[in-house]
Amino acid sequence: MTVTDLVSYEDVLASYEPVMGLEVHVELGTKTKMFCGCSTTLGAEPNTQTCPTCLGLPGSLPVVNATAVESAIKIGLALNCRIAEWCRFARKNYFYPDMPKNFQTSQYDEPIAFDGYLDVQLEDGEVFRVEIERAHMEEDTGKSTHIGGATGRIHGASHSLLDYNRAGIPLIEIVTKPITGAGERAPEVARAYVAELRELIRALDVSEARMEMGQMRCDVNLSLMPHGAERFGTRSETKNVNSLRSVERATRFEMQRHATVLNDGGVIVQETRHFHEDDGSTTSGRVKEEAEDYRYFPEPDLVPVAPSREWVEELRGGLPELPRLRRNRLREEWGISQHEMQSVLNAGALDLIIATLDAGAPADQARKWWMGELARRANEDGTDLASLPITPEQVARVCALVAEGSLNDKLARQTIEGVLAGEGSPDEVVDKRGLKVVSDEGALGAAVDEAIAANAAIADKIRGGKVAAAGALVGAVMKATRGQADAARVRELILEKLGAQG
Amino acid sequence: MTDLTRLTAAETAARIKSGEVTAVEVTEAHLARINAVDEKVNAFLHVDRQGALEAARAVDAKRAAGEKLGPLAGVPLALKDIFTTEGVPTTVGSKILEGWIPPYDATLTKRLKAADVVILGKTNMDEFAMGSSTENSAYGPTGNPWDLTRIPGGSGGGSSAALASFQAPLAIGTDTGGSIRQPAAVTATVGVKPTYGAVSRYGMVAFSSSLDQGGPCARTVLDAALLHEVIAGHDPLDSTSIDAPVPPVVEAARSGDVRGMRVGVVREFSGEGYQAGVMQRFEESVELLRELGAEVVELSCPSFTKALAAYYLIAPSECSSNLARFDAMRYGLRVGDDGTHSAEEVTALTREAGFGDEVKRRIMLGTYALSSGYYDAYYGSAQKVRTLITRDFERAFGEVDVIVSPTTPTTAFPIGERADDPMAMYLADLCTIPSNLAGNSAMSLPCGLAPEDGLPVGLQIIAPAMADERLYRVGSAVEAALQARWGHPLLEEAPSL
Repeated sequence: MTVTDLVSYEDVLASYEPVMGLEVHVELGTKTKMFCGCSTTLGAEPNTQTCPTCLGLPGSLPVVNATAVESAIKIGLALNCRIAEWCRFARKNYFYPDMPKNFQTSQYDEPIAFDGYLDVQLEDGEVFRVEIERAHMEEDTGKSTHIGGATGRIHGASHSLLDYNRAGIPLIEIVTKPITGAGERAPEVARAYVAELRELIRALDVSEARMEMGQMRCDVNLSLMPHGAERFGTRSETKNVNSLRSVERATRFEMQRHATVLNDGGVIVQETRHFHEDDGSTTSGRVKEEAEDYRYFPEPDLVPVAPSREWVEELRGGLPELPRLRRNRLREEWGISQHEMQSVLNAGALDLIIATLDAGAPADQARKWWMGELARRANEDGTDLASLPITPEQVARVCALVAEGSLNDKLARQTIEGVLAGEGSPDEVVDKRGLKVVSDEGALGAAVDEAIAANAAIADKIRGGKVAAAGALVGAVMKATRGQADAARVRELILEKLGAQG
Repeated sequence: MTDLTRLTAAETAARIKSGEVTAVEVTEAHLARINAVDEKVNAFLHVDRQGALEAARAVDAKRAAGEKLGPLAGVPLALKDIFTTEGVPTTVGSKILEGWIPPYDATLTKRLKAADVVILGKTNMDEFAMGSSTENSAYGPTGNPWDLTRIPGGSGGGSSAALASFQAPLAIGTDTGGSIRQPAAVTATVGVKPTYGAVSRYGMVAFSSSLDQGGPCARTVLDAALLHEVIAGHDPLDSTSIDAPVPPVVEAARSGDVRGMRVGVVREFSGEGYQAGVMQRFEESVELLRELGAEVVELSCPSFTKALAAYYLIAPSECSSNLARFDAMRYGLRVGDDGTHSAEEVTALTREAGFGDEVKRRIMLGTYALSSGYYDAYYGSAQKVRTLITRDFERAFGEVDVIVSPTTPTTAFPIGERADDPMAMYLADLCTIPSNLAGNSAMSLPCGLAPEDGLPVGLQIIAPAMADERLYRVGSAVEAALQARWGHPLLEEAPSL
């Protein structure tokens, strides 16, 4: 089914109410793995960050990473969850070559955190509450690379390569309760939820949560029910939707696909589906003849996790200001609209702007540079703001040079350009390129005199009181000084010399 | 000259320390004994001659350098082939691990090496410790030195047979349902299952994680205590390891005395299926305890009758998950990897060829018991029975200091007799299983020969969790009194091989 075969989005909403469930896996940024001391650094040579435990060698045993438990509790608290006083790990049994023990050590009916919510703010400022079912701890699997098949999938592959560096990296799985009542805004809510969750995870400093690196992965469960119905419809589970935009598109596509099937009198099959970035569609994964039975039972190799209430309260007391509240506070402080704030967020500029403020720049200047010149450059280079070779401190220094009158707007742009080109710090660029504003009154006076002499007609108009005509002379002076003069001072001199009042 | 293989571990260590013999002489004597008799007994799966001699030379060098030697320095030991040994094969008695050379030492292996114990090699066992006769080994059965046509117990039959045939004065076993105590009983040796969590399980190939416990095997109570102290103690690599001081077991073994102790006899450990000669020797032991000054109390622990049923749900359930890792992907046997089979098929073919019948039976039982829809009725109920058994023990230990029973209902049965009757085989662990389910400590020591067949009978002593020293206090008192009566250790009556 392609996008063009589907019923329109409006028609979906006319007949059905969407129900979503979002499952997000976050790789924690702990130094070591969930159950052993191996490093979690990404990008190492395959199978160099392994030991008997994460390879599942006979005889090996797990030991719980205390930092991961702490991170899980922080996430739970930030999601307004209750924190279990006593909970256990469980074994989820199934065979797959990239899973060393052929069971995943996870949590089943005793999650560390449960019954919470996350308020997400939509673009127009509306706040939508997403109820959280649970957040639990588990370990990641290894990584299979299938060679020889057409699509990189196992089907048709001649052989597979296994890398166990990722096996055992701590994961937190955050599961929402069924999200109802979002109606036409369901795709937007899904996106906003994942975005908000990502901000939250970063604010807690428990993971970088980079979706493009697989540090945060989202499964979108979706079903439709006719308006007025009481029972949810059959859901599909779209796996590994790995960008905010894709979350929105996958939700929208599945709503339309479900409606198309249902309108034709068809039945939705409970199945996993794959999302395709290219056309925004989903296709069926392997349909299982019978439901997978994971034969969960409590992990006998680990003792229960029983976080003391004192510790939980200590962690609660240490939580940072939550992203949504922080954004709203900053928006008010900066006096900008909801829409402008959203642009800042979408551009990934918030933290950069704040760092620039912290380095001494005024808010409007910091925002102007990051959202203007620098956003344009990032866009041109196909990169993100944070990856540009300029630091918030350097931007703040440029702002300071403008404020003290050493640079005008045009020179400031050239300075930034120089920094981006790797010519050094703002001061070094100003030095090397000779970008200082011409403030030598003698030289400036001579340039003004020349301009007056060369434009006698205009000078006469100004003498006659047409002050507005001064702009043309200012332009001539700026041209003569190759832009390095302070335009305001040039104007003052012109009016002074011609005896006119500004 | 003394036969060095007939000495106890304590005597051996003393002679090495005094310089009367060298560790190399002791090791060579045992290697020679292995050469002479193990073809008949089949106690060892792998003899590490070179490693053993190197370890012995290191002990002699230490002594020559004037370094202090530990209490078991230079004493040879037979290690059950369930503990990983870096660079030395570890098969767990299974074809599926044939040829696997572990890249790491178990914590227990490390502790033995650190204590300068000389590891002679790896001993035979029922595959993955599943069995009570060592007949389930993929590498052939082990004979009982008392009668080579009979079983040496299991799963640790290699270790018990090595002790009883004087191939080693010390051995290591693991006890999930009786695999240390039952082999000790049928070979007239001493075996201790310490409190669950006392000995690290890191590097001990798992059968049933919540029940498995490594422990010492020896020919005397004191030797077992000396070994207990070497291998026990907290291990940060095992989350279930007890973070508390090791009970004073050596001190208890040196000061055997039961005067004023209350000893419980549990009614449920008797009746149908118990061999008359076994009960006779057991009752004589109880009488002996009374003579030595203990007060004997009769008790009832009604839930013990359900222990076997609970065990055969819990242990297979855990094993079905623990053994899932043997999938031919990373180590061990690989069958069918010829380019025509998928990974899934290679896993299935390997497991078909690599696992024996008993292992397959338990994997299937456990997979079924954990299945959705059956979990509550099977695994869930079994866990409840486990709680009841623990409570019965708690109640009993409110009244008595230790409980005694026969270790096994019968003496050693002939090889092959119960091989096709799993239920009959499972009954061998009737008296030992409750302690695994409750996680407390228990010992088996010889208490005589059954009159009808002249085969060894074991006395089981059970103590509360973390009170393992009581086993040694009672055990050494009984051992001393019985040996005084017999005039020699019981093992001297075993036929020479």
